[in-house]
Amino acid sequence: MNPSRGAAFIEREASVTLPWTEMAEAGLIPQGGTAARVKTGAWRTGSMPVLELSRCIHCLRCWIWCPDSAVLLDGEKVTGIDYDHCKGCGICAQVCPPKVHAIEMVPEGGEA
Amino acid sequence: MATTEAYRITERRRVTMTGAEATAEAMRQIHPDVVAAYPITPQTDIVMRFARFVADGVVQTEFVPVESEHSALSAVVGASAAGARAMTATSGPGFALMHEILYVAAGYRLPIVMPVANRALSGPINIHGDHSDTMGSRDAGWIHLYAENAQEAYDDLIQAVRIAEHPEVRVPVLVGQDGFIITHGMEIVEVLTDDEVRAFVGEYRPERYLLDVDHPMTVGALALQNSYFEVKRQLAEAVRRSARIIADVGEEFGRLTGRYYGLTEPYRMEDAELVIVAIGSTAGTAKDVIDELRGRGVKAGLVKVRVFRPFPARNLRDLLGRARAVAVLDRADSYAGLGGPLFAETKAALYGLPQAPVMTGYVYGLGGRDITPEMIAAVYDDLGQLAERARADHAAVAAEAALSVRYLGVRER
Ligand code: SF4
Ligand code: SF4
Repeated sequence: MNPSRGAAFIEREASVTLPWTEMAEAGLIPQGGTAARVKTGAWRTGSMPVLELSRCIHCLRCWIWCPDSAVLLDGEKVTGIDYDHCKGCGICAQVCPPKVHAIEMVPEGGEA
Repeated sequence: MATTEAYRITERRRVTMTGAEATAEAMRQIHPDVVAAYPITPQTDIVMRFARFVADGVVQTEFVPVESEHSALSAVVGASAAGARAMTATSGPGFALMHEILYVAAGYRLPIVMPVANRALSGPINIHGDHSDTMGSRDAGWIHLYAENAQEAYDDLIQAVRIAEHPEVRVPVLVGQDGFIITHGMEIVEVLTDDEVRAFVGEYRPERYLLDVDHPMTVGALALQNSYFEVKRQLAEAVRRSARIIADVGEEFGRLTGRYYGLTEPYRMEDAELVIVAIGSTAGTAKDVIDELRGRGVKAGLVKVRVFRPFPARNLRDLLGRARAVAVLDRADSYAGLGGPLFAETKAALYGLPQAPVMTGYVYGLGGRDITPEMIAAVYDDLGQLAERARADHAAVAAEAALSVRYLGVRER
């Protein structure tokens, strides 16, 4: 596949008009970063993670495990949660070491 | 590694082995990066042998034991997207359980190769050979190759890697072999040297893959009304295109081994008037019957369909266009469809030919029921009578035959 075709595909994502011969093969999007544009947080339901930074030991387990890259970092330090992309799955709270317990899932007035 | 050396094949050998054994041997020589599989009869012997190669350090393949075939193919999809040469193997109900993921593999254009020990589907439960499994998912977008014997199961698997990974194809390939008849039947198989196989399949260099962190990409994006259709149209074209690649690879394999492969294999078709079309091991039985009938002056012939997808319609038109009567043998029923899948499509391929032969379809061998040389001889007898009747009123006889499906080897009364 010609990567530039993929680029064209992304540019026209709002109104896909490319013929099948021009489209990126298999519908692959040959660039990263598309997930950044899709705000999963818009449909977060039930609960949201709340980070108590003073307890955090910056082991980065939450950052590694978060399926949406919603744990924000500054260098190697956790700085917060990107709620635009956090879907409230609770994995970060689960993997945060129990003795540390820096992340609490709290109920949110979502659509649950 | 010492064990690896002990297993190395450095000279071509003629070995007595089963189809399953030959398949595991081909997998060892191909040396895929990842194999994920769940054991199911009669495929078990393939994966069991390959798992032993892994355990013994004969291959450095990452082997992923999973809890179901749905997961086996899912793991292989992930591995293939990540950039690995990935394989699995399955059979019957296991193949059926993969149905959903078959489409995913094809839709993402992942060059996965999968031996399938063709087996009947339940119910009632049956573990024996028929084609109900792969024919049931014939429209998933995979390339279908079918072996006639253990040698072909071995040869086809090696070629499948080249076909699947060809930059103009990139479509998953399954290689069917009749359960038990081929998987567990002992035959003499010529095994190539490890170096020959490795040179033939070459090193896998995917153009793009998920672990290439310098070129990030998204696999599995949502494609709704605005793009799904185009992606599937691409797939259809790739499968169509693969016909030429399959022929080229078969030709190149022939130059290496003396065993040439095409989409179809005509047998004594030069002047054949009564012709059987069949897939798999039954084609081998038919060849013997033909030799016998030829000795008695019957102009019998066979067209073996090796490649079912892409469907070799043009080859069939060329080969069958001059026949008087054609019988298509299906080891799978379509239950009140227009005959088994091979019959229906062969008829479609011949539509519009000015001199189309009279065609009739037989369903046979379900659940591993034997098909004997006598049964095949009886089919040629039927064809002779059909051709005679057609002399008087071709149109009427042809129409009646095209709509009739007969059951070969079932107890009628
Ligand atoms: S709740 Fe889930 S999505 Fe949100 S930050 Fe934690 S791991 Fe990430
Ligand atoms: S897992 Fe807990 S302690 Fe570790 S970085 Fe995340 S919030 Fe901090």
